[in-house]
Amino acid sequence: MLKVENLHVYYGSIHALKGISFEVNEGEIVTLIGANGAGKSTTLNTIGGLLKPKSGSVIFEGQNVTAMPGSRVVSLGLALCPEGRRIFQQMTVRENLEMGGYTRPAGEIAASLESVFERFPRLKERQKQIAGTLSGGEQQMLAMGRALMSKPRLLMLDEPSMGLAPILVEQIFEIIGELNRAGTTILLVEQNAQMALSIADHAYVMETGNIVKFGDAKALMDDADVKKAYLG
Amino acid sequence: MILFLSYLINGISLGSIYAIIALGYTMVYGIAKMLNFAHGDVIMIGAYLSFCATQYMGLPAVASVVLAVMVCTALGIIIEGLAYKPLRQAPSLAVLITAIGVSYFLQNVALLIWGSTPKNFASVVSLRSVSLMDGQLLISGVTLVTVLANIIIMVGLTLFTGHTKVGKAMRAVSEDKGAAELMGIHVNRTISMTFAIGSALAAIAGVLLCSAYPTLQPTTGSMPGIKAFTAAVFGGIGSIPGAMIGGLLLGVIEVLGKAYVSTELGDAFVFAVLIIVLLVKPTGLLGKSVREKV
Repeated sequence: MLKVENLHVYYGSIHALKGISFEVNEGEIVTLIGANGAGKSTTLNTIGGLLKPKSGSVIFEGQNVTAMPGSRVVSLGLALCPEGRRIFQQMTVRENLEMGGYTRPAGEIAASLESVFERFPRLKERQKQIAGTLSGGEQQMLAMGRALMSKPRLLMLDEPSMGLAPILVEQIFEIIGELNRAGTTILLVEQNAQMALSIADHAYVMETGNIVKFGDAKALMDDADVKKAYLG
Repeated sequence: MILFLSYLINGISLGSIYAIIALGYTMVYGIAKMLNFAHGDVIMIGAYLSFCATQYMGLPAVASVVLAVMVCTALGIIIEGLAYKPLRQAPSLAVLITAIGVSYFLQNVALLIWGSTPKNFASVVSLRSVSLMDGQLLISGVTLVTVLANIIIMVGLTLFTGHTKVGKAMRAVSEDKGAAELMGIHVNRTISMTFAIGSALAAIAGVLLCSAYPTLQPTTGSMPGIKAFTAAVFGGIGSIPGAMIGGLLLGVIEVLGKAYVSTELGDAFVFAVLIIVLLVKPTGLLGKSVREKV
């Protein structure tokens, strides 16, 4: 479904991604794990169209999206729920969701809103509230709901558990599992490697701009190096 | 008392013009995060266009305003595309200096085309004055139209940004360009549209300004432009109601200051207000403090 090949990305003179390649198959949950600064978010931002790679390619469902601006990528069914949530703080919950459905025909927005509200009843209760006043967990739900409004076939989630209490982290991961079972392919970036590996089918381990390990998520959980470095 | 009221009305009229200009400043700042110092000169171009349309082409007043608005809208898009868009990633100082450059460029183009001799601008408003209190208090047609235009623009913009898809997208871009892009919003197109709206408002302000103060020359727009910028900062830059309140207050302060304290110091009052506001409440009356992102 998604094929990333030999991707090189620079921030100025910093070589952030040093030729990474990986694949996500339809229906899977794939996770990228690794330490801070390994290039996980850079990878997602490049696929999402916010960063331009120096070389390499990103193919989504057979279509080359490498040089596409982010505003076009989302209309193809590839959505990114960015790190730090980045919801529109001064807009209402409902307006945030409407922005998520920006590329969708006006007639389909109401139905999508309903399905997001069904998954996140909290958002329905708070739809008129200014998004910046939501709690951290609710903001994460809003960010995910907003990304879902574009009806993505592949949803990229960047650190959805960041800054959340353990009970909320569990809730968020449960929702990720539900979304996947409902047919959405997931590419997940997490620092919480334990949680990420427990939910994923496949995993890639990143270190300073390279992919150093790849395999079945459950198997990686028992890998001695991974255990030592990321699972404590 | 009558005199005070008539000063107050003059102030509101002048303040309405400042408010319309300030809306352009504040919208562009809110979305492109830049101070478009050439904004005042678009006002002047708008006024010249209307002047030429009525004087040389024989168009009726309303048509001349429509023409000025259309040309200035295009001008705003062109300025943004040629001068500011290539600098999207540049430091803000570079953009600021470019804006000042564009400002001088427009003034000198006007000087080249229309010369330095001031033109006598014939008011586009043919509405008769309204007299109140047995004719002691006279409200001119220009004043009525100016205040009315200000209210219509204000309500229109509030509805536009609050209730239309494009308007909401503008607010999204002003908050977070990257996140807006991820939603599928064309950030560049949105910025360019903001310039278009701001410049259209500038044209309207130019025509109203010169209808009230009929001397038109290439530097006509610079002082009102700077005062409207002051008004935008006063009200809280980036805030639409802030621009409205800031503009009105500034107009009233200027006129009352000129009337009761000193004619020569009238402009100084305006800038004293800016300094005081920046000292006491740096974000302006309705401005939101920018929170550091964690």
